[in-house]
Amino acid sequence: MTLRSDLNIIQGWISPESQVLDLGCGQGELLAFLQQHKSCRGYGLEINPDSIVSCIEKGVNVIEHDLNDGLADFKDQSVDTVVMTQALQAVRRPDVLLEDMLRVGNEAIITFPNFGYWRTRWYLLGKGKMPMSKTLPYNWYDTPNIHMCTFADFEALCREKGLTILNRTVVDSNHQEHWSIKRWPNLLGEIAIYRVSR
Amino acid sequence: MPQQIPADSVGIVTPQVARFDEPLLLRCGKTLDQYELVYETYGQLNADKSNAVLICHALSGDHHAAGYHSMEDKKPGWWDACIGPGKVIDTNQFFVVCLNNLGGCAGSTGPVSINPETGKAYGSDFPVVRVWDWVNSQARLADYLGIETFAAVIGGSLGGMQALRWSIQFPERLKNCVVIASAPKLSAQNIAFNEVARSAIMKDPDFHDGYYLHHGVIPKSGLMQARMLAHLTYLSDDAMGEKFGRELKTDGIQYGFNPEFEVESYLHYQGEKFSTSFDANTYLLMTRALDYFDPAQYTDNDLSQCLSTAQCKFLVMSFTTDWRFSPERSEEIVDALVDADKDVSYARIESEKGHDAFLIPIPRYLATFGAYMKRVAKELAL
Repeated sequence: MTLRSDLNIIQGWISPESQVLDLGCGQGELLAFLQQHKSCRGYGLEINPDSIVSCIEKGVNVIEHDLNDGLADFKDQSVDTVVMTQALQAVRRPDVLLEDMLRVGNEAIITFPNFGYWRTRWYLLGKGKMPMSKTLPYNWYDTPNIHMCTFADFEALCREKGLTILNRTVVDSNHQEHWSIKRWPNLLGEIAIYRVSR
Repeated sequence: MPQQIPADSVGIVTPQVARFDEPLLLRCGKTLDQYELVYETYGQLNADKSNAVLICHALSGDHHAAGYHSMEDKKPGWWDACIGPGKVIDTNQFFVVCLNNLGGCAGSTGPVSINPETGKAYGSDFPVVRVWDWVNSQARLADYLGIETFAAVIGGSLGGMQALRWSIQFPERLKNCVVIASAPKLSAQNIAFNEVARSAIMKDPDFHDGYYLHHGVIPKSGLMQARMLAHLTYLSDDAMGEKFGRELKTDGIQYGFNPEFEVESYLHYQGEKFSTSFDANTYLLMTRALDYFDPAQYTDNDLSQCLSTAQCKFLVMSFTTDWRFSPERSEEIVDALVDADKDVSYARIESEKGHDAFLIPIPRYLATFGAYMKRVAKELAL
């Protein structure tokens, strides 16, 4: 089984036999991989009914839960890593959820689309309209992405909350890394992958 | 009457009776020296006896979960929506066992059975049984059938409580536990509903302290009222609104107190039907078993500690408009299982059908449940 490349980067940051909580786990690809290849245990939280069925088919523990309701049901430091891919910008209070992730887990791994990507900036500058792209396919009025941010914004939030950025990788929309992206991440990177701890 | 048996039905089934002569010590301290359990099975038990599934019934259920007893039957068993060839609990893969619980009135030893000590019906002399006792008697039925380990123990509502109890009481005897529209214990409101129902039965002049059969009568009116109350708690406001609205069955309002609205007439019909087919003492026993169920009481009210002995995997499902056993009650079970680091999946199914939703073939419910059961079959290489 081949993992989507962003998930492959994430799995590389997760220790074997660790406890993982995957927020917005989708069809459970990451957890299934971690169970099979790294003997990890964990749960995925998801609200999409079809995704929940896919997780169950894969033998992944999935719990129907709206991330906007927070993680109050999970105890402090009860897992090693809390993962959230492409959902930070879609929750009501990303800052509160980020705090909660590091309350429940020792580390958090987060991916989100970069609003500072050069094409996004160019789109807004040139057309004067809210940017749409392969990574951001929605209209401004129906987008689930209600809190768009740039890498610079996210890192400012981490500084404000006193969080340590352990790893940072920036990829394009095909989840590929490139030297030029590493040189100017906030301009050339479309998707950010951060690993943070308290 | 089925014109012909549908292809996805288990077909014509015949109940069987298992007789037990080894005394069963009950939670209340009394002993049943001998008893019978009536049960049905669907599908074939495989050579290594690894494909057995136990279905636990709810308050008014019985052993007849699927198929028909004869071509004259108006309706199939109570969970025919989920049990059959190619259905969620696929009888091509699983050997399904469903029994009438002790204290029931569908053939297993209960208040209507003859008490060997008196030669008359037990009536109120039948001991108050608990979920703990049912699980013990179900394990004896498993022994009788040669089943060491169940692939899954499954139940909805009160049946879900039995499934949950199995995971604690016989952790090594089940691989999976499916708990649907259930709760780790009743709330005060739930107990109150049960008390109103019991009160209606016990205040009926024909109740005779539970020895009504000795007098050749039944507390029909009390049982009817009990059922009418319970029935409306199984439906949601929306479901009742959609089904009946404010429709009148009479030609305009009649300025009287006989049933005029369709919903009144429906409740009367349901109550009437139930009052002649169900035993009042069994109703009292079943509601008491519900009230008393609280497995965490033995672990300092810590449900996750209580469930820490479980070894099986869990699937928990709830329904959005179920206000008798709301999704929050199921989520208490899920949170405790997560806390105890058990394998669990949970789905909160959108439905306007209230508590009764667990009996209804709702597409998302069947898809989720079906995916889980396919996984069970796959993991056991069935």
